[in-house]
Amino acid sequence: MLETAPSMTTKAAELQVRDVHAWYGESHILHGMSFAVPKGEVVTLLGRNGAGKTTTMRAIMGLVRQRQGSIRFGETETIKLPPHAIARLGLAYCPEERGIFSSLNVTENLLLPPVVKPGGMSLEEVYGLFPRLKERGSSQGTKLSGGEQQMLAIARILRTGANMLLLDEPTEGLAPVIVQHIGEIIRTLRTRGFTVLLVEQNFHFAATVADRHYVVEHGHVVDMIENSQLAANKQKLEGYLGV
Amino acid sequence: MFELLGVPPQALFGQLFLGLINGAFYALLSLGLAVIFGMLNVINFAHGAQYMMGAFGAWVLLKYVGIPYWGALVIVPVIVGALGVVLERLLLSRLYHLDHLYGLLLTFGLAIIFEGIARYAFGASGVSYENPIPGGVNLGFMFLPWYRAWVIVFSLAVCLGTWLMIEKTKLGSYLRAAVERPDLVQAMGINVPLMITLTYGFGVALAALAGVLAAPVYSVTPKIGAEIIIVVFAVVVIGGMGSILGSVVTGFGLGMVEGLTKVFYPEASNIVIFVIMAIVLIARPAGLFGTAK
Repeated sequence: MLETAPSMTTKAAELQVRDVHAWYGESHILHGMSFAVPKGEVVTLLGRNGAGKTTTMRAIMGLVRQRQGSIRFGETETIKLPPHAIARLGLAYCPEERGIFSSLNVTENLLLPPVVKPGGMSLEEVYGLFPRLKERGSSQGTKLSGGEQQMLAIARILRTGANMLLLDEPTEGLAPVIVQHIGEIIRTLRTRGFTVLLVEQNFHFAATVADRHYVVEHGHVVDMIENSQLAANKQKLEGYLGV
Repeated sequence: MFELLGVPPQALFGQLFLGLINGAFYALLSLGLAVIFGMLNVINFAHGAQYMMGAFGAWVLLKYVGIPYWGALVIVPVIVGALGVVLERLLLSRLYHLDHLYGLLLTFGLAIIFEGIARYAFGASGVSYENPIPGGVNLGFMFLPWYRAWVIVFSLAVCLGTWLMIEKTKLGSYLRAAVERPDLVQAMGINVPLMITLTYGFGVALAALAGVLAAPVYSVTPKIGAEIIIVVFAVVVIGGMGSILGSVVTGFGLGMVEGLTKVFYPEASNIVIFVIMAIVLIARPAGLFGTAK
């Protein structure tokens, strides 16, 4: 762990989560969640089902009502902000269930999120990455295949100028060739300067795209592994994930 | 004079036309209810009272301020809609995390209060509002009063405008998306709570607009809202809760069905809509235009 410390301090943290607790009604889901996402990196949250990864993302977006602790995005403390104000700072969220709207066609879904900052991708660039979306523009959003819906869910947050993307299990339930495509997309986003926080169950996939991995158990981070150290820590990680 | 199915055409077209007028009000009111239900998940029982406030609003403006009908058509919906905004912020917004029933009970209570205030202020027998466009034209088969023609054309235009706004504009896509997943739309940077408040204000303004339109047609009493709203709820159930197009088409359609029933079997004219509602509920519980959830 020691040799990883310098890289953390030299790069500015885009997102700093400190001692966050969150509740759904009576159930206490996050127990002191703390981690940092350096600017321009792809960082994953790995962990078993129910460890609190999705709740962490929802807490960052302000979608969990009962939350406390500190979440800093850039220079701004967001823990008390409503979701729309958090999004306007340049954070965008792609939920696990993809959230494609059935009452909107593909183009309407794609154009739905408002531009929050300058510097987002143009529609042509988005279509360049996802040509299928242009062909299927007038289809009902939910008539797309699972893979296409996932593409659409990612594509629509690239136009907004958000510089940090939260992607919740973008590969879940998809065919290997599509998973591969999503991997390429994420690497492209990284080279374009996006900061990405990725929730994954599949660490083989995570290893192909990420700079570092946080292991989540019982609502808090129990370990951090740099991607370069992944091979050396394989056994430990398999223990955490129960694979 | 020839007859259609044993009925003089004068009577047939006259009743069909009256049915269209009633249908125009059903459509405007159920449209507002549908918009509110879609966005807030609240069955706005105060809708009839807000319609009544629209009618009295027009009368008050004319009598005490000297603002004529055409001014009232703009000012009254704005004022009553603003009142709706205050209601939503102060009361309704506290109930969203609870069952539908609480919103229904709250708005039902508010309706009773508004009606009571109107009875106290204006008396139970009500007031009358002068027709702003008197006269009409004889079409040969029927007499067409100008004002009633205006009511039909104008309410059709408002319904069409609302439908276009919801189905074809950017704002409408926010609304449709927020009906499905308000949390996600808010996480895209859209101020959904504000949108909900304004949607309620808009729905209430539609009710008040219908009230202003109705003032010269029906006599303005504190009970007009309570009388029409029961039928309007039946229209909403038949059309499909929350369906915009459904509420407009069913509103006009059922008004005409009611008119036809008055011609062919007058005894059933007061219940025909409820009979249709019962049949629709059995055959298609989600309504003619609704989608089952």
